[in-house]
Amino acid sequence: MLRIECPCCGPRDHDEFRYGGDASVTRPGHDDPDPETWYRYVYVRKNPPGPHSEFWQHVAGCRQWLVVNRDTRDHSILSVGFART
Amino acid sequence: MNMSRYSAFSIFRNGLSGQKNWQRAWRAAEPKPAYDVIVVGGGGHGLATAFYLAENHGIRNVAVLEKGYIGGGNVGRNTTVIRSNYLLDGNTQFYEFSVKLWEGLSQALNFNVMFSQRGQIVTAHSADQLDTFSHRANVMRLNGIDADILDRDAVRRLVPYLDFSETARFPIHGAILQGRAGTARHDAVAWGYARAADGHGVDIIQNCEVTGFVRDGDRIVGVETSKGRIGAGKVGLAVAGHTSVLGQKAGLELPIESHVLQAFVTEPLKPLVDHVVAYGADHFYVSQSDKGGLVFGGNLDGYNSYAQRGNLGVVREVAEAAIALMPCISRVRMLRHWGGVMDMTPDASPIICPTPIDGLYLNGGWCYGGFKATPASGWCFAHTLATGKPHPLIAAYGLDRFRSGHTLDEAGAGPSAWLQ
Repeated sequence: MLRIECPCCGPRDHDEFRYGGDASVTRPGHDDPDPETWYRYVYVRKNPPGPHSEFWQHVAGCRQWLVVNRDTRDHSILSVGFART
Repeated sequence: MNMSRYSAFSIFRNGLSGQKNWQRAWRAAEPKPAYDVIVVGGGGHGLATAFYLAENHGIRNVAVLEKGYIGGGNVGRNTTVIRSNYLLDGNTQFYEFSVKLWEGLSQALNFNVMFSQRGQIVTAHSADQLDTFSHRANVMRLNGIDADILDRDAVRRLVPYLDFSETARFPIHGAILQGRAGTARHDAVAWGYARAADGHGVDIIQNCEVTGFVRDGDRIVGVETSKGRIGAGKVGLAVAGHTSVLGQKAGLELPIESHVLQAFVTEPLKPLVDHVVAYGADHFYVSQSDKGGLVFGGNLDGYNSYAQRGNLGVVREVAEAAIALMPCISRVRMLRHWGGVMDMTPDASPIICPTPIDGLYLNGGWCYGGFKATPASGWCFAHTLATGKPHPLIAAYGLDRFRSGHTLDEAGAGPSAWLQ
């Protein structure tokens, strides 16, 4: 099991969280007309073997969205913070 | 090359000398300075590609580079299910072509891949689900693929060990059956393709990791490896699970995430499961191996991973689904579980195509469906490498489909790779 150190609730089993994917992509503005920007936002991922910045929501706890930095090779968690700062 | 054919006579002849003089199945090749085609990845798809390059296109100056050993990746980690019960144009025809190749594969390779067409049953748990299965069966039949819709009694006659009780949480309403679906011995597929490709003169180079690409202007003209630089007329990537890693070295931006999928096997039992059975109310599918173990799988672990091992939460979820469908195995002990790293695409369909980079071709994005596609993938990728143009059967699998909106989202699950 992964143990995620929730800034509100303390260390919790990852079963309490919902995965939200790559946190390094930024959503284009609503008025951005360029399909290429949207293509990259929706589909293109770096998918690194190593540290990966990703969203997790503590659905069975404080319901905060977090940004977790985790190594995708061994699942060690390097940092946890709030998604909305 | 000096490949002696396997036959009843060869077994007899080797029996006269105590079975001690069998040749090794393929040579331990060392890399030449250059090849016409280099296939990166010695899994099922890479080996099949090399075999069909030689067999169908006469291109024999080919190397397959494998960073580990043959059979050590996903070709030896899957649950060996083979079927062609796909709904969407592009998928339906491709996977049926693959099943047809499977039907003649042992003969084509002179290697028994133990393809067993025991049939696949997917259970339906509501009248509506049975309607959608009828839709699927009609699409399959219109494409010349066998499909049958079974009512509850017919399912019960075939697989009486499922939960048909009054208390079943999701009662079985019926099922869809593809009789020609089945399983194969996955190691034999890797070994058979390796041996047959080697027999055509293909160099299979193990423990040879590709660390970079050699360029001449914009064109890729070779690879850097742990065994030195090797030149190539064309380079084909067949490294599903790690496509992003090599893609990045080549400068490709890809719509792929790597995720881990687990598989499980129980202690050996007497014959119980005569088919491949998939649970329509949750993600669980099971078959019984020739050794008697129940081989089964379920969902992805659900977060990006390059670790070839899974998490215990999914073990519990899959076991729960198993017991819900087959209460009779609740006391059976699980022997092993293991993980394989999948290329997950945003529509759960593969990517096979020439890339925007001259000289580089891509075969990846197999999600959790790569094993059944092995022969057709190799066949079509070899065609693409040989001619520079996609084979008609993989026309829908281009990388540009995500830009143009022509995704093949069989499950309708949306673009989040981990939810496919």
